[in-house]
Amino acid sequence: MSTIEIAGKTLELDADGNLANLSDWNEDVARELAKGEGIEELTDRHWQVINYMRKVYQENGDAPSIRKLTKESGVDTKELYSLFPKGPAKKSAKIAGLPKPKGCI
Amino acid sequence: MKKLLILGAGTAGTMMLNKLANELDSSEWSITIVDQFETHYYQPGFLFIPFGIYNKKDVIKPKRDFFPTGVEVIVSGIDKIEPKENRVLLQNNQVLTYDYLIIATGTKIRPEETEGMMGELWHKNIFDFYTVEGAIALADFFKRWEGGKLVLNITEMPIKCPVAPLEFVFLADSYFTERGIRDKVDIHFVTPLPGAFTKPKASSILGDFLTKKNIHLTPDFSLARVDNENKKIVSWDETEIPFDVLVTIPTNMGDDVIERSGMGDELNFIPTDKQTLMVEGYDNIFAIGDCTNLPSSKAGSVAHFESDILFENFLDVIEGRKPRAKFDGHANCYIESGFGKGILIDFNYDTEPLPGKFPLPGVGPFSLLEETKMNHYGKVMFRWMYWNLLLKGKELPIESNMSMAGKRL
Ligand SMILES: Cc1cc2nc3c(=O)[nH]c(=O)nc-3n(C[C@H](O)[C@H](O)[C@H](O)COP(=O)(O)OP(=O)(O)OC[C@H]3O[C@@H](n4cnc5c(N)ncnc54)[C@H](O)[C@@H]3O)c2cc1C
Repeated sequence: MSTIEIAGKTLELDADGNLANLSDWNEDVARELAKGEGIEELTDRHWQVINYMRKVYQENGDAPSIRKLTKESGVDTKELYSLFPKGPAKKSAKIAGLPKPKGCI
Repeated sequence: MKKLLILGAGTAGTMMLNKLANELDSSEWSITIVDQFETHYYQPGFLFIPFGIYNKKDVIKPKRDFFPTGVEVIVSGIDKIEPKENRVLLQNNQVLTYDYLIIATGTKIRPEETEGMMGELWHKNIFDFYTVEGAIALADFFKRWEGGKLVLNITEMPIKCPVAPLEFVFLADSYFTERGIRDKVDIHFVTPLPGAFTKPKASSILGDFLTKKNIHLTPDFSLARVDNENKKIVSWDETEIPFDVLVTIPTNMGDDVIERSGMGDELNFIPTDKQTLMVEGYDNIFAIGDCTNLPSSKAGSVAHFESDILFENFLDVIEGRKPRAKFDGHANCYIESGFGKGILIDFNYDTEPLPGKFPLPGVGPFSLLEETKMNHYGKVMFRWMYWNLLLKGKELPIESNMSMAGKRL
């Protein structure tokens, strides 16, 4: 199992490179994970998506797909791609400390 | 009398109908199946139509040829499922009640979901091959085409038969080579995935095949819109790819009846237990085939493996037991790779496609993740097996759960 070093702590990762333990997550960890995805600064809009992802995950046990994000997060597809280039659902899930969404198979 | 109702008489619904009609005592059970159409399409055959290998009559048969005797068949659109009332409303105004329900309404393409896809070039320079109409229109186009830039794109995942787009570009390479104009055709494979396929090992091996066949891969491209005027596709992050002919796999969604019934997710796929195949929240409804939200491939072979599991679980449930059989996500897909050869992949929820021999370790006759003539015959044989064994609910010579025998890690 691979790991990542954040703020002096060693955190476990799953096979997709996402955090293995939800409880390892906090906002500072998110900022570091974002840097790993090439996102230098998390703005309010980023946080809106990340918080929405975490809320859905807590309710359903699965991170939402890009379609659900567009429908319900209050951020449209175009902006999602500019906030999280290439793969908004996959990247925001990773930064939110969640496993890769099931829809991304 | 207990009532079993099956919605959809495609691959999965027809298989379940045959298996259960054969098993359930006809003095105790009445079985009804509903579908809007009278014709059964062999969808895997659509792939071959654009290249003149099959034509329409090779892929259609009347659905009634596959219905057992003693069941009620209703040809009508399904308007709404009312799962709390155990009731289904049909578009012909009939109201059906049931004790047990099996939903098998499949998935279909929704080109209207993408801006500009159904613009003025639709079925002129922009084609799909997931419908018989699209495949035939493309065959006509290819016959007269002198060459240029051929772009295949997958709009968003999941799609049914996730290997079909790869097969399409492999066959295009073969077809234009045989026509002597391969040097005039520039083939591009554009996908929202990070590589040629969903799972890492298969993705890298299949990616090498693309390179070898001189097909250009553009990964991580999520289609935002189609620009008809300038003939290009544009991604959400404004990357543009021009085309002379676009072969697109539009968004795939479950039927609108699922949305009208409030039973689907955002793509109208039905939340279903990935092991038991029971619809979440109900103890008398099953779902099978492309209509579910299972994290497995949407393919006829998968529906077949599911049908063995659903059959066992159905018998458990009607006898008051908990469903015991567990589906493992098994998929087995022949990938046509052109020039009379094919590649085979075999995988499940947890094990990605691996190289090796199938089904007999060391012997085959099929080779996993390798290009062979024998794998191509497997695909050709699949059509015969589909019409003669699979739809009729007969046993196929493959286990429903995946086996590691013969696979190399
Ligand atoms: C181009 C292509 C290539 C493919 N290649 C392969 C392959 O090589 N191998 C493989 O295993 N699979 C392949 N597949 C996939 C395979 O065809 C499907 O996975 C399979 O048919 C799914 O079966 P199903 O019963 O779930 O859905 P379907 O067979 O699509 O049946 C759904 C049925 O429900 C009916 N229905 C839906 N909604 C309503 C409504 N509201 N009212 C009334 N009736 C309704 C439809 O009319 C239809 O008959 C391919 C598919 C395509 C398009």
